[in-house]
Amino acid sequence: MQNEDVWLVVPLYDEAAVIADVVGQARSVFPKIVCVDDGSRDDSADRAEQAGAAVVRHPVNLGQGAALQTGFEFALGDPTMRYVVTYDADGQHQIHDVEVMVERVRQGDVRVVFGSRFLDERTEASALKKLVLRAAVAYTNVTTGTRLTDAHNGLRVLERDVVARLDITQNRMAHASEIVSQIGSMRFDGAKVAYAEEPVHILYTDYSKAKGQSLWNAVNILAELIWR
Amino acid sequence: MKQLGIQLLLVLGTLAVAWRLLAGSGQRTQALRRLGLLALAAFAIWSIFFPDVWNGLARRVGIGRGADLILYGLVVAFFGFVVTTFKRFRAMETRYTRLARRIALDEAPSAAEHVKSTATPDTLAGEIPPSPSVKAADAD
Repeated sequence: MQNEDVWLVVPLYDEAAVIADVVGQARSVFPKIVCVDDGSRDDSADRAEQAGAAVVRHPVNLGQGAALQTGFEFALGDPTMRYVVTYDADGQHQIHDVEVMVERVRQGDVRVVFGSRFLDERTEASALKKLVLRAAVAYTNVTTGTRLTDAHNGLRVLERDVVARLDITQNRMAHASEIVSQIGSMRFDGAKVAYAEEPVHILYTDYSKAKGQSLWNAVNILAELIWR
Repeated sequence: MKQLGIQLLLVLGTLAVAWRLLAGSGQRTQALRRLGLLALAAFAIWSIFFPDVWNGLARRVGIGRGADLILYGLVVAFFGFVVTTFKRFRAMETRYTRLARRIALDEAPSAAEHVKSTATPDTLAGEIPPSPSVKAADAD
């Protein structure tokens, strides 16, 4: 079977309505999936388990950043793992995008592939949302010395060595910028980490819109970044 | 022009807070903070018996009343308190997260175990055929 060396890390919080479908679809291509249940109040964790994912349960709610780090440490426990994919539980990511990103990283010239909503026109977001996301990426680029078009996308492919060095401490929303920042300052034999971006299509369904973070959260992210 | 005194004082106070923010919490910083607190307490007691000392101080830095000086001082002190509390809270959250993560990972089967338990005969083919000789080889 293909992609035995890839682990999907899925932070999971109150997604019982969709998680079984998300895991089921993803497993047809990527057999190894770990859902990190972040203290869900519904039966998300059981459903993910029934759908065939490995489930790690946080004893209390810690935040999405903490869940990602837990998933990284879990995946590092599999010696055959070469790549980790961070993947959202709410079904707004397309598994086909992940296949393209994994193919990209397998070419071997980059260690990290970021998904970007702004490399093509497929993703439909409101003008205000686009403005806020662009402001966020501009801030991240200035503070981390990277050049990305979309820093707050949940889809990423990370090589094992990069995963082993990541240490996310921003439990709440600022973890996306923290990941970029840590990758930006990582050095392998004195060389920066090579990365690439691939266009991804985010499906803003009614479900994900209802669950998604409001734009007010941009203020919170900024505050968390400044006073870290 | 008389306000220059208090402006200078407030700027210095804010800078001190900012410095504390950057300097971290070494033994020396902690000792200095405690000495400062002790000195402040001593001064407070002294000013209980001689309330006019605040007015004198205030006039020297260019503010009308001692009460105003205390208020300004409190603003700076409160800001410093907010910053230190925030930092301490963050540090505590980080430790607490690591603890919770350790528990979560210990309670779940490891990634390698999970792979073994969900492996289909198809994926196992060629890897671990169910023969005793290979099992023995597996053991070492």
